[in-house]
Amino acid sequence: MARIDLIDLAHAYGGPDADPSTFALKPTSMTWRQGGAYALLGPSGCGKTTLLNIISGIVRPSRGKVLFDGRDVMALTTQQRNIAQVFQFPVIYDTMTVGENLAFPLKNRGLPRAQIEARVAEIARLLDLGPVLARKANRLSADAKQKISLGRGLVRADVAAVLFDEPLTVIDPGMKWELRSKLKVLHRALDLTMIYVTHDQTEALTFADTVVVMHEGSVVQTGTPEELFVRPAHTFVGYFIGSPGMNVLPAKVQGRQARVAGHALKLVRSYGELPAGARIEIGIRPEFVRIAAPAPDLLTAEVERIDDLGRTRFARVRVGDLRLAAQVPNGQAVTEGAAGLMFDPAQIHVYADSRRVEGAA
Amino acid sequence: MAKITNQKAWLLVLPVFALVAFSAVIPLMTVVNYSVQDTFGNNSFFWNGVGWYHELLDPSTELGGRFFASLWRNLAFSAIVLAIEIPLGIVVALAMPREGWGVAFSLVVLALPLLIPWNVVGTIWQIFGRSDIGLMGWTLNRLGFDYNYVANPIDAWLTIIVMDVWHWSSLVALLCYAGLKSIPEAYYQAASIDGASRWAVFAAIQLPKMRHVLVIAALLRFMDSFMIYTEPFVVTGGGPGNSTTFLSIELVKLALGQFDLGKAAAMSIVYMLIIIIVCWVFFTVMTNAGQDRQSGTSGPAGSEP
Repeated sequence: MARIDLIDLAHAYGGPDADPSTFALKPTSMTWRQGGAYALLGPSGCGKTTLLNIISGIVRPSRGKVLFDGRDVMALTTQQRNIAQVFQFPVIYDTMTVGENLAFPLKNRGLPRAQIEARVAEIARLLDLGPVLARKANRLSADAKQKISLGRGLVRADVAAVLFDEPLTVIDPGMKWELRSKLKVLHRALDLTMIYVTHDQTEALTFADTVVVMHEGSVVQTGTPEELFVRPAHTFVGYFIGSPGMNVLPAKVQGRQARVAGHALKLVRSYGELPAGARIEIGIRPEFVRIAAPAPDLLTAEVERIDDLGRTRFARVRVGDLRLAAQVPNGQAVTEGAAGLMFDPAQIHVYADSRRVEGAA
Repeated sequence: MAKITNQKAWLLVLPVFALVAFSAVIPLMTVVNYSVQDTFGNNSFFWNGVGWYHELLDPSTELGGRFFASLWRNLAFSAIVLAIEIPLGIVVALAMPREGWGVAFSLVVLALPLLIPWNVVGTIWQIFGRSDIGLMGWTLNRLGFDYNYVANPIDAWLTIIVMDVWHWSSLVALLCYAGLKSIPEAYYQAASIDGASRWAVFAAIQLPKMRHVLVIAALLRFMDSFMIYTEPFVVTGGGPGNSTTFLSIELVKLALGQFDLGKAAAMSIVYMLIIIIVCWVFFTVMTNAGQDRQSGTSGPAGSEP
């Protein structure tokens, strides 16, 4: 169990002298508190697995330090760091039974047999693996195998943190939900620091207390799922989180007014001094855009189609060359063709060069 | 919609049937035919029923004695060769580099012995081992070893075994290397997180993952070594005495030296059946070895010593 500090960590697979723009992980400092459930969220190739492998010691960073409870662990091997890691594909030892798989890390550390058996039985109970303990591990389903991988990490009593590298990739959708809830339960029961890497926002938002969104090697926002949804700090967060993602529209912003496609929108905050020369955009989530009949004071748009997602419907609309999504409340009938758009002013964010600008009240 | 039936499709497989018939089935039937007849030349044959088989499988007869003697020799040879080449191949594969220029280099070096024609391999070792001009034979004698594969059966065996190891260990190593390369990196990472020692990594990951290629390697090496002919024939000609006369050499002596077509045919059939049966048993045992026995397996978890 440990607090993990990352201090000015950066990594380039081309070596420390590589061009900074090619860094797989751009300089990052961060603290993961003991007992937290974190998700590292981002698309493939954003550096999240690199970051995870640096923490576990599989990858040596080009620069920077990792501290466990304030202790520099850079010189320590993966094994000495006492990390548990669950990989994308279940890693099990084919020739062993489930029980032997779970006992393997303890046997390697030379623990007495009685202690091993007690610990294996306890972990097996937590993971519901008790009934299959005596079976050969390679005959089990993918989700059971992934539980074994996890169990091998948890079986060590003093494990510093559990790292998950897209652990549900090969799991059936139905089982995904169950395993995810299991992880939540384990997290609460064992009070372990857990770091969960995924590109699936549902997995990240349901698992984690704190979500770290990564984009092109940098951390663009760290926050609770709600913060990420309500106040995306970066247009990428707005786009990546939420389905459909946030509408991002090029705009001219002056004081309390934004002009989009020639139409003036009111803002609740004042944006006096925006960086000169920056690319200014406004962002608003589809959930805060409403469709109405065309009217002179509304942004004129054309409804192209309605996506019915079952629980909700989203209208895909076009304003000139811009494309937007807008949620259609239940009971409202919307037809294709001309319409007017209403924006909830409190939910409009202003971005300068993709980064959110905090307005003045 | 009705299923389309087109009998002309049979024409497409006809060439294969014809080829296999001419290359395998008809020659085999000829051998079966010979094995139940006796001949005194002049192309005249007499029915002998299972007489040759009786004689062949009875060690007290001249034919049976020769057959069993060469059969035991052959089994011993295969067993020794497998016992050396399989572990050696695994060790070589484990020692090979995983990336960089060394991969291509070691692959080429390993492939070299496999590319040499068999009788050339025999000739190389025949000369290499000669005590008058051969590098190995001469050196051994100068070092004080009384090494002479022409006169001493043990030396002849050693020479042939070392030759076969030199010739074929590469095959096992290459197959094992392919098996090792197919292990995902995550297994090694997980093992290092689990604190596995080098030996535990080998026993828990590498060896199990190599099992399938090892089965193939062992089968290939068994069949090849059990059918070995060219190399010992070139090096020792089956001697000294009969000490390196393997089944195939015995068979050629019978069929082409003595023209005992009936005896030779009977021996061929039995020889073939032995190979097929051994391979089948071996394959079945190896592929079923890892099966999960649902009930009655070992006791509680982690109880393995």
